[in-house]
Amino acid sequence: MPALVRIGRTLRRTLLQAIPTVLGIVILNFFLLQLAPGDAADVMAGEAGSATEESMAALRSRFGLDNPVLVQLGHYLNNLAHFSLGFSPRYGMPVADLIAQRLPGTLTLMAVALLIAILLGVILGSLMATFAGRIPDRLLSIFSLLFYSIPSFWIGLMLIVFFSVKLGWLPSGGAATIGSRLTGWPALLDKARYMVLPATSLALFYVAIYARLTRASMLEVKNQDFVRTAYAKGLTPFGVTARHILRNALIPITTMAGMHIGGMLGGAVVVETVYSWPGLGRLAFEAVMGRDFTVLLGILLLSSLLVIIANAAVDLVHAWLDPRIGAR
Amino acid sequence: MAPLLQVDNLTIRFPRAEPVRDLSFDIGQGETLAIVGESGSGKSLTALALMQLLPRAAKVASGRIAFGGRDLLKLDAREMRHLRGRDIAMIFQEPMTSLNPVMTIGRQIAEVLKVHERLSGRAASERAVELLKLVRIPAPEKRVDDYPHQLSGGMRQRVMIAIAVACKPKLLIADEPTTALDVTIQAQVLDLLDTLRRELQMAVVLITHDLGVVAQWADKVVVMYAGRKVEQALPGDLFNNPLHPYTRGLLAASPRLKNDFHYRDGALSEIPGSIVSAAGEAGCPFRPRCAQARASCGHHVPQLTVPAPDRLVACPFTSPIKAVPHAAALSL
Repeated sequence: MPALVRIGRTLRRTLLQAIPTVLGIVILNFFLLQLAPGDAADVMAGEAGSATEESMAALRSRFGLDNPVLVQLGHYLNNLAHFSLGFSPRYGMPVADLIAQRLPGTLTLMAVALLIAILLGVILGSLMATFAGRIPDRLLSIFSLLFYSIPSFWIGLMLIVFFSVKLGWLPSGGAATIGSRLTGWPALLDKARYMVLPATSLALFYVAIYARLTRASMLEVKNQDFVRTAYAKGLTPFGVTARHILRNALIPITTMAGMHIGGMLGGAVVVETVYSWPGLGRLAFEAVMGRDFTVLLGILLLSSLLVIIANAAVDLVHAWLDPRIGAR
Repeated sequence: MAPLLQVDNLTIRFPRAEPVRDLSFDIGQGETLAIVGESGSGKSLTALALMQLLPRAAKVASGRIAFGGRDLLKLDAREMRHLRGRDIAMIFQEPMTSLNPVMTIGRQIAEVLKVHERLSGRAASERAVELLKLVRIPAPEKRVDDYPHQLSGGMRQRVMIAIAVACKPKLLIADEPTTALDVTIQAQVLDLLDTLRRELQMAVVLITHDLGVVAQWADKVVVMYAGRKVEQALPGDLFNNPLHPYTRGLLAASPRLKNDFHYRDGALSEIPGSIVSAAGEAGCPFRPRCAQARASCGHHVPQLTVPAPDRLVACPFTSPIKAVPHAAALSL
């Protein structure tokens, strides 16, 4: 019971601390976006191809874009205080609805990518640590360096070229077969097929990071006294690695993974664009191109919340992995 | 009767050094052998060699380690694993870091039982509680779910002992088990080890640099210097009549062993120099620090001689007992 109480208390504190953070992010971003040339009316007028001064002024006044900046900010914050993210002039619908449509796609993509990254990274890192300095370690080091340095959009394109165009194994974009009326298991399988390439492109960079991190961290743990104790008990090398080294080595990796959740949102923008994945990242990209700042602010707000929640979750995982943290 | 453990001419080699050279000793069943010497004399490496847990760079260059009639150096990794933790167990110097910080102590004790005695999880954790009781940890039913950081240093060393004796080993190697502990706890832990030794009929290799510990708990003492055995004796003989200049220096530097001596009464004597000077020394490794060194000491490494029954010394100039020169027939 005390454990649950402690968890509850931690969460409440995290949420309270989140409020000023989120507010700061919103206000800062609001001013940053004002620096971008043009507004939604410009873009819409440009797309329409013909617009008069009057119609543009009408557009601006309808969306409140003609108000002074501070008044606009006031309106936005007022909306937020009423739990509304505002209205998108471009899509003609509430921002909250827009985000709600796209959020699940991004969340699943991120979750799958993170899972792949951690699983693959830890496995490869363990291999590298086990064979440290020998050929498997060298080879994997080269690969991880490659994945670390290649931008994800290029990996995405190459994966499409190879697996979609040449081999024809996997779809090159989208999130599900359009017009298919699959339900249940086959539908899930169909979605999974669409998930493979984008999730892999997003994950590979992080695979490289986690592999190197796992390697370093395991090599460090390996020299600690309790590992010698474990060998002195008569455990097999595999038993020592799995039960004693790995769990201790995972602690820094969870920290990094928590920090990467925010970064992954950024990476999702690129990957979703490459794979025309209907997610938040692509929405953000479109919002930037369309100068649709209410949508962009809504996404930024949500992302910051997501990162805060992820960090809180990582803290909990930490406390579970390392009993010394819970004791403090 | 053949000794439980017999080490013959053990030499441990690193790429650029030989930290243990030509070391021989043996231990009978239920006996306590103390190996003493300052840091760097090769005590801990000897212990790790017995467990076959030497660091990767170190190799046993030559010698034999016979345990219960089998040469440990000829066993393969699997056979050695079966001995480790079951027949030969080890306690390390640092109780603070020798336990896995993210595992409860109960599970760490249970692990060794699961590996060697194939106990189920439940049976193993019940035995873990019994073992905690055996090593005198209060409220073992509660403590079994504690993590190492919740225990004091002395308690952790007791847990280490519980792990070590879990499978009733024939030989327990204790590598400076009390060095990291409070003085008041030291005696408790050593008493516990001695009690367990009698209850479980284990032989104990007690590695220490504390001569007070030797006087109280050992049956036989090996004094090491720079990787070699320089003297071997029964504790009484060693303290009453040290033969090797190094042993004499050690005893003179030890405050507790002189009656009525207080550190305020005068400065303790010290052995000048450091063990580093033994590196690359052609003759006796102790020569650079020895007060009675003569020119001939630099010619060759002194052989172990038998100046009296149950004694060995590696110095030809030991005055009190007349040295018997040829050591060829010795089998100690």
